[in-house]
Amino acid sequence: MGSEHGPRSAPHRSETTLRVNGKPHTLTVDHRRVLLDVLREDLDLTGAKKGCDHGQCGACTVLVDGRRVNSCLLLAVALDGSDVTTVEGLSGDGEDPHPLQRAFLDRDAFQCGYCTPGQICSALGALAEAESGHPSHVTDPGAPSGRPVALDRDEIRERLSGNLCRCGAYPRIVDAVQDVTGTGST
Amino acid sequence: MDTFAYVRAGSLAEAAEAFAAHPGARYLGGGTNLVDLMKLGVERPTALVDVTRLPLAEVTELPDGSLRIGALVRNSDLAAHPLVRDRYPALSQAVLAGASGQLRNAATTGGNLLQRTRCPYFQDVSKPCNKREPGNGCAAREGVHRDHAVLGHSEHCIATHPSDLAVALAALDAEVELYGTAGVRRVAAAGFHRLPGEEPERDTVIEPGEIVTAVVLPAATAGLPSAYRKARDRASYAFALASVAVVLEVADGVVARVGIAFGALAHRPWRARRAEEALLGAAPTPAAFERAADLELSEARPLRDNAYKVPLARNLAVDVLTRLVPDGPVPHEEDS
Repeated sequence: MGSEHGPRSAPHRSETTLRVNGKPHTLTVDHRRVLLDVLREDLDLTGAKKGCDHGQCGACTVLVDGRRVNSCLLLAVALDGSDVTTVEGLSGDGEDPHPLQRAFLDRDAFQCGYCTPGQICSALGALAEAESGHPSHVTDPGAPSGRPVALDRDEIRERLSGNLCRCGAYPRIVDAVQDVTGTGST
Repeated sequence: MDTFAYVRAGSLAEAAEAFAAHPGARYLGGGTNLVDLMKLGVERPTALVDVTRLPLAEVTELPDGSLRIGALVRNSDLAAHPLVRDRYPALSQAVLAGASGQLRNAATTGGNLLQRTRCPYFQDVSKPCNKREPGNGCAAREGVHRDHAVLGHSEHCIATHPSDLAVALAALDAEVELYGTAGVRRVAAAGFHRLPGEEPERDTVIEPGEIVTAVVLPAATAGLPSAYRKARDRASYAFALASVAVVLEVADGVVARVGIAFGALAHRPWRARRAEEALLGAAPTPAAFERAADLELSEARPLRDNAYKVPLARNLAVDVLTRLVPDGPVPHEEDS
């Protein structure tokens, strides 16, 4: 950088490659852009929603490299080489919905539906975390490490606390997730 | 948001060089706080030096029995690590008491320590704040300060540090490892964060350009009974109103070792040294715990709307200490 340049004259766009729902995309992004905006505006994947845009509501939840994250707080440029899964990628190429999507339909686990893609992606991540033995705030600290954690209603509520539902569909969201864990009651 | 340069560091030396080459740069870890503050206009970096590709994501047992947590270990992995859960339960519990599953998957160990206060006036660029802009005034002192400090605050700043993890580290006698151009140094976790004093803009003792590379948990507290308890407005996903981390060893009927740190009461995790001194060598009775907590909190200076924090913190500490006594609390024989 020459001395005649100000501190903000450095390049502010970079190339980044994201693998989204199995498909690679190489994009030149403004450094300021977050994953959520790239998904919605550049890739036409509008399933992930912008709720608060500050990591507080969870409507933007997607999976990056298999882990659920708030896509509104991730700069796209920093994700170069990452695998991203959005709600659009859950059913694969087939027509059949993912079991979680099916359970949300069966349980009528939403009213307006705005938070639902985030709820479903978050639940998917939470199920994998529990399966790999990750404890939560309500898990007995004496539970053995590394063993799958059974998800009762308290566990599901705690693990999904990062996803707000302004309609208040929480009881049925818990029902739907519980159905997929195999511990649901009818 | 202003534009900024982006540099992906391949090594610590490269990161430090890039930081030095861009006045106004910030290091980027998980970004869960930094990116949010950039959206709010509180942080306006000229460059982001991305350190997330550095090889700092390992948990390693060191020959002296201590446990080194790389700065890039994600909060969720830290809380789930078998050695952390087994040897330092307070740390795992503290991490799980904070944020949400999504945030813990992104947030790093180092970044957790470096997160900024959630004081609403700090986060609102239209309001006075000495931490954001030294000399600008403090809107919280006469404003909404129910969540603010009761210990160690100054006329310039009454903010609290929001980390749960840091509170557990302080109680467990952990150290923070820092890399800088002058080399690597370690500082006690309990002394890593500062009180606001005359310089509320400085949260920690970190020097410009230094990078947190690890936290080290000592052999001395490994395997001792420890726990974290947090009081908050909601059952989940909320910052602490008060919290406490405790490590307690009882031998021959008396307190042989104790570490107590309060969260959400001050600008840093508040290591309760006076309470610890009072308890060392004493019988671990509820009455002794109450006296020790009261002694520590006697120096509290609550603000108009947050005096509730003092009895709340006291009760949390007494409860956790009592639960950590092996085979339950000793009967009240000395209380007569």
